[in-house]
Amino acid sequence: MDYFLTEEQKMIQELTEQISREKIRPIRAELDEAEEFPWEIMRYLAQADLFGLYIPEQYGGMGGGIFENCLAVEKLGEACIGIATSFAASGLGAYPILLFGSEEMKQKYLPQIASGKRLAAFGLTEPGAGSDVSGIRTVAVRDGDHYILNGSKQWITNGGESEIYSVLAITDRIKGPRGGSFFVVETGDPGFSFGKKEKKLGIRASTTRELIFQDCRIPADRLIAKEGMGFIIAMKTFDKSRPGIAALGVGLAQGALDVAVEYARKRVQFNKPIISFQAIQHKLADMATKTEASRALLYSIARYMDSDPREVSKVAAMTKVFSGDVAMEVATSAVQVLGGYGYMKDYPVEKMMRDAKILQIYEGTNEIQRNIIGQELNKEYGRLKESFI
Amino acid sequence: MHIVVCIKQVPDTKNVRIDPDTHTLVRQGVESIINPFDMFAVEGALKIKDLNGARVTVMTMGPPQAAEALRETLGLGADDAVLLSDRAFAGSDTWATSTTLSAAIRKMGDVDLILCGKQAVDGDTAQVGPEMAALLDVPYATFVKKIDIEEPGFLKVLRQTDEGSELWKLQLPALLTVIKELGEPRVPSLRHKMRAKKAEIAVWGNAELGLDPNSTGLCGSFTQVVRVFSPQRRTNRIQLEGSIENQAEQLFQYLKKARVPGL
Repeated sequence: MDYFLTEEQKMIQELTEQISREKIRPIRAELDEAEEFPWEIMRYLAQADLFGLYIPEQYGGMGGGIFENCLAVEKLGEACIGIATSFAASGLGAYPILLFGSEEMKQKYLPQIASGKRLAAFGLTEPGAGSDVSGIRTVAVRDGDHYILNGSKQWITNGGESEIYSVLAITDRIKGPRGGSFFVVETGDPGFSFGKKEKKLGIRASTTRELIFQDCRIPADRLIAKEGMGFIIAMKTFDKSRPGIAALGVGLAQGALDVAVEYARKRVQFNKPIISFQAIQHKLADMATKTEASRALLYSIARYMDSDPREVSKVAAMTKVFSGDVAMEVATSAVQVLGGYGYMKDYPVEKMMRDAKILQIYEGTNEIQRNIIGQELNKEYGRLKESFI
Repeated sequence: MHIVVCIKQVPDTKNVRIDPDTHTLVRQGVESIINPFDMFAVEGALKIKDLNGARVTVMTMGPPQAAEALRETLGLGADDAVLLSDRAFAGSDTWATSTTLSAAIRKMGDVDLILCGKQAVDGDTAQVGPEMAALLDVPYATFVKKIDIEEPGFLKVLRQTDEGSELWKLQLPALLTVIKELGEPRVPSLRHKMRAKKAEIAVWGNAELGLDPNSTGLCGSFTQVVRVFSPQRRTNRIQLEGSIENQAEQLFQYLKKARVPGL
């Protein structure tokens, strides 16, 4: 398929494909097995200028948008979404600063993130607050020129590896949804530490850790925007980042399809390559069709979002939910095409199937995505004067 | 500091075949790559640039399409590229090649360090580097695996020999041929790639280099290829691939199957 990409966009694809092929594919199984953070790959990605794709040039980035970032994430995800998640999570941590930070804050942090010298991370989830953000217990109390944070964050991607954290804490519990605020916390801040590293089903090259705040004292200018903006910042950040998760899904589906077709052409049973059997052909046909549909939806939504429309929550949720479901389905089918071999660690589809599951869970479960789409539909149609019945 | 890296385009040897009738390389459908050893030389130059600051020029002699190989190195971060291209250069042996490359180095005038791969994987002669050093009358070291710049005007290099390593000190300007241990080639960067796409690549021919046509190409070559042949195929040979551990395991299983006593 030709998606009529610009020269620059093709170059991003070419470059990330090269990194996937030469640097990621040879070590993905090893990192998965060892549950090791891909520092070496992060350095290659930094050297390749990829951490700043979506960051404006005045802050040391490449001045691209969501679409350019998605093209990179997709290609990296073809090889390993554990590694690609580590890469993409820095963007998730950067968006609150990029979207709502003061000029000084942007000048301070964005060039470091764009160059890949320091990774960012996003801290929202807590033991009692995932899909229901109102359950957040971490608090921030103003004390002169400082804020003091207390509480903990759970399952934070890149936790302990990143040095810059965008963290949501309650500044005024009485105000409910208007009582949350975002702060930048840095590794080394007094009272800021890390909990245990989680053991996971998939994306095991990506680190997931607890963040612990015990009287963590940070300068007051680390507050992003104003007090009470926290929940809006979280929602707007997710709107921007969800296409990135979709891109991981498109990449993973493509990676699984590539393995399945290649295998089906080579594997001989009943004296024929198994791709000559309709049972396999139809499975591969559905896998390929859904993967392409998932990509087409992502590309058109990412391009639309880069045109800076007013309302993006619905479409951002649509691409996330669709790509995640397709990736899970295609990876499962790929294991089926490879049969017993697919279930073994000798082939990459076993890992892909384990990895795919997270796409339906993180950055808002797919159930939450459907809630968002449903609520937006209700609002949209409520505004219409016309009847279709 | 001005570093010049000499590179060569070679057929991707993983896919190369010899025509059994003509005994020549089947070049049709075989992709060209930059000689892998030359990529280590590029990486070596860029490392020096990262650490000490340097201007890196990459140079190759070849047909117009060799410009693509030069562009690839610009994408990695080389500053300039020069293509030596002229019909008169066709059929060069290593001596004629060295003559042409050295003339280009002389034309540049300000070169402090020349880096080459230890050899090209197609011809495998390992002659061009040392020949250039002789023609330019500069010191050289081969099989270099580490380069240190501690005092201005000098290099400390570690070279690999069959017996072990040797530490050499060389006065600049100098020429080095390098091996893999110098460092895996980096990945391109988006900024460099974008610049490389638009970069003007200088093309120098015989006229620009001011060379006597009799000293270049086929006319300037001392050697001639009389015959190319495939050595007789030995049977019962297996080639092991994979990691060292994996190869050892394969070899062990093979010997075990062959009922080697004691296994």
